[in-house]
Amino acid sequence: MDRESDPVAALVATVAERSISYDGLSVSKSDGLYTFETTERQVTDLTASALGETAAGDPFVDNWFHWTQRSRSTAEQAFLRWVEHAEERSVPERDAALTSGGVVREWGQLRITATVVDGDRRYELRHSDDRDADPAELERFVDPRKAREIATTDDKGRYRPLKTAPSLSTGWLFPELTGASLVEAIDFFYPATIQNWSLEREGELDVTNWAAAADRQSGIYAMVDELSGEQLEWLTEACCVDSQCLKRREWDAADGEEIDTPRGAGAFPCREPCSVVISAARKWTQIEREDTERYTFELTPSEKDQLEALVAAVADGRIDEIREAEFSDPANRQRARYLRAKRFDAEGSLSTESERPS
Amino acid sequence: MSQQTDEALVIVAHGSHLNPDSSTPTFAHADTIREADAFETVREAFWKEEPSFREVLRIVDVETVYVVPMFISEGYFTEQVIPRELRLQDWDVTDWESDGTSADHAAYTATDTGTTVQYCGPVGTHDSMTDVIVQRARSVTDDPNVGSGVGLAVVGHGTERNENSAKAIEYHADRIRETYDFAEVKAMFMDESPEVDDVATLFESDDVVVVPLFVADGYHTQEDIPADMGLDLDGPGSYPVPGMVDGTQIWYSGAVGTEPLLADVILERAADAGADVAGAIERVKQQTGGTAIDVE
Repeated sequence: MDRESDPVAALVATVAERSISYDGLSVSKSDGLYTFETTERQVTDLTASALGETAAGDPFVDNWFHWTQRSRSTAEQAFLRWVEHAEERSVPERDAALTSGGVVREWGQLRITATVVDGDRRYELRHSDDRDADPAELERFVDPRKAREIATTDDKGRYRPLKTAPSLSTGWLFPELTGASLVEAIDFFYPATIQNWSLEREGELDVTNWAAAADRQSGIYAMVDELSGEQLEWLTEACCVDSQCLKRREWDAADGEEIDTPRGAGAFPCREPCSVVISAARKWTQIEREDTERYTFELTPSEKDQLEALVAAVADGRIDEIREAEFSDPANRQRARYLRAKRFDAEGSLSTESERPS
Repeated sequence: MSQQTDEALVIVAHGSHLNPDSSTPTFAHADTIREADAFETVREAFWKEEPSFREVLRIVDVETVYVVPMFISEGYFTEQVIPRELRLQDWDVTDWESDGTSADHAAYTATDTGTTVQYCGPVGTHDSMTDVIVQRARSVTDDPNVGSGVGLAVVGHGTERNENSAKAIEYHADRIRETYDFAEVKAMFMDESPEVDDVATLFESDDVVVVPLFVADGYHTQEDIPADMGLDLDGPGSYPVPGMVDGTQIWYSGAVGTEPLLADVILERAADAGADVAGAIERVKQQTGGTAIDVE
C-alpha cells in the first residue's frame, strides 16, 4: 500500500516530515516516538509501526486522508466540505450522518445528499422540489454533462436563458456522483456559483457595481449608462429579486450608493449585472428617453382594477395559472377580450378620444 | 487520460437569450474535444449565456488557457468584446498582426485570475475551415467525392457591419477553388453583391451546393437564406434537400458550424498557439470524418 491510496501509509509518511493537526486529529513526533490524539482518545510513545497499527481504521485518519491527500481546487474543497458541514460538525458526528441517510444541503434549487458508501463519499443530486419523490420515478443520469441539457428548458419546455432563474426543471436524478463530478454537474446547472461563493468566503469576491459595468459596455449596449437612481431600483426589482434569480445581488449602483431592492437570500453571490440585465437595460434606456404625456380616457373602477391585475399577472408569471372561464379573476382571458372590445380601437390602442379636454 | 496536461481549452461563442440552438454546436464540439482527451478541462463560455466570458477563467482554474472564439470573422467580438470581458491585460489588436483573416494567437495575462491566456484567432478564418466547408458539402450531398461537375457557393452575411466578414468568405472560396475540383466556386452574400438570391442564375452547373459560413443555425440560416434562394420554405429549417430553383438543384447545407469536423479547427487553433494536442487532432479527425477522406 502506498501513500497515494492508503490513509495509514500517507499518515506515517507525512508525520515523519511534519506534525498533523486536522479536524480533531493531531499526530506529532518527538524524540523518535509518536503521539496520536483525537477528540476520542490519546495514545503516546508510539513507534512508527505502532503508529500505523493505532491509526488503521480510525475515522479521523480516513477523514484527514480524504480531505488533504487529494487534488482539489480551493473552491471545490471548500464547497465539498460545506456540503457535509465539515467546519461545524465533528468527524464522528459527520460519519454517523454520512453512513445513515446522508447529509443534505440545498444550492439554489438543487438538493445534494452526501453519503459514505464502502468508505467512499457519494453525492446524490436532484431538484429540491423532488425531495420526497420516489427515486424510481425520476429519470436517472450518470454523466454530469447531462446537467447542461436538463438546465436548458423549464418544465414547460421553455428555453431558460438565465441559468440561475428559479425555473429549473424537475423529475431527474444523479444517484451517485463523485465529489469532482458533483462540482462539474453544478457548474453546468449554475456556472461559476461555486467559485464566486468560495471567493466571497475568502473575502476576495470581485464585485463590479452598475456604474463600472455600464461604463464598460460598447456597441448597442453603450447607452445603458444612462440609467441611474430610481431606475436601478426598478431594474433590480424587475430582474434580480429571488423570484427572478437565485443569486444574491452583491453589486450596487456605485461605491457608497446602495440599491435598496432586497439582495436575495441565495447561497451564492451575484458579482455584477449579467447579460440578461444588460440586455433588458438597453430596452429600458430607450423607453426612459421618452417624455411623458398626459392621456385622458374613461374607465370604470373595475376596469382600472382589471388593468392593474393584468400587469400584475404578467409581472408575477401567473398567466398560466388563470383558468378558463374563471371570470372572477380580472386577468382572465375572456375578461381581457371584453375590455379590449369595449375600450380599445381597431389598432389595439386604448381609445383616448377625450384627450386634452378644454 | 494519456494526453492530458494542466492546460485548459475555453471555447468562446455568442450564444443567445432566445434561441437554445445557438449554443448547440459549441457544446457538441466541446464534447468531441473532451472525449478526445485533449485537455484536462474544456469549457464553453458565452456573451449571452453562462458561464459568461467574465467568469469562465475562474472556473477552469489552471495556469494556461487556450481561448478559441467560435466566430466566423475578425471584428467587434474578437477584437473588442472578448478581450475586454476576459480582462486580457494590455490587449492590443495589432499583436495579432492580422490582415483581416490571418489572426493567429497572442499571449496575455487575465487581470482577475492571473491566468495566462493564449488568445487565438476565430475558427472561421483558420485554413482548416476550408476543409470543413468541403466536408459540409460532402455531408449534405452524402457524396464523399462531391466536386467535379458541381458548383459550390460559400455564403456569408456580408459587409453590413464588418468588412472582414466578406474577406473570410472570399478567402475560403479562393482556397476551395485552388485545392478542390468543384466546377465553380463563388463567394455570395446576404446583403451585398453577388447576392445569394441569384444563386440559381449565377451558377452554370445543374447542381449547386450552398454552405453558409455561420457558426450556428438560426434565423439567417434557417429562414432568410433558404427563402432568398427561392427554396420552398415550410417553416424554419424546413426546406427540401436538394431543392429545385429555376432548373438548378440546390443542396443547402445549413450552418457550417454544425459540421462535426469543426472540432478539428478549434484544436488546430490551440495547436497553433502551442497546445500539445497532435494526438487528439488525429482522434477528432478520425471520428468526424476528416482523416479518412483527406488522405485520398
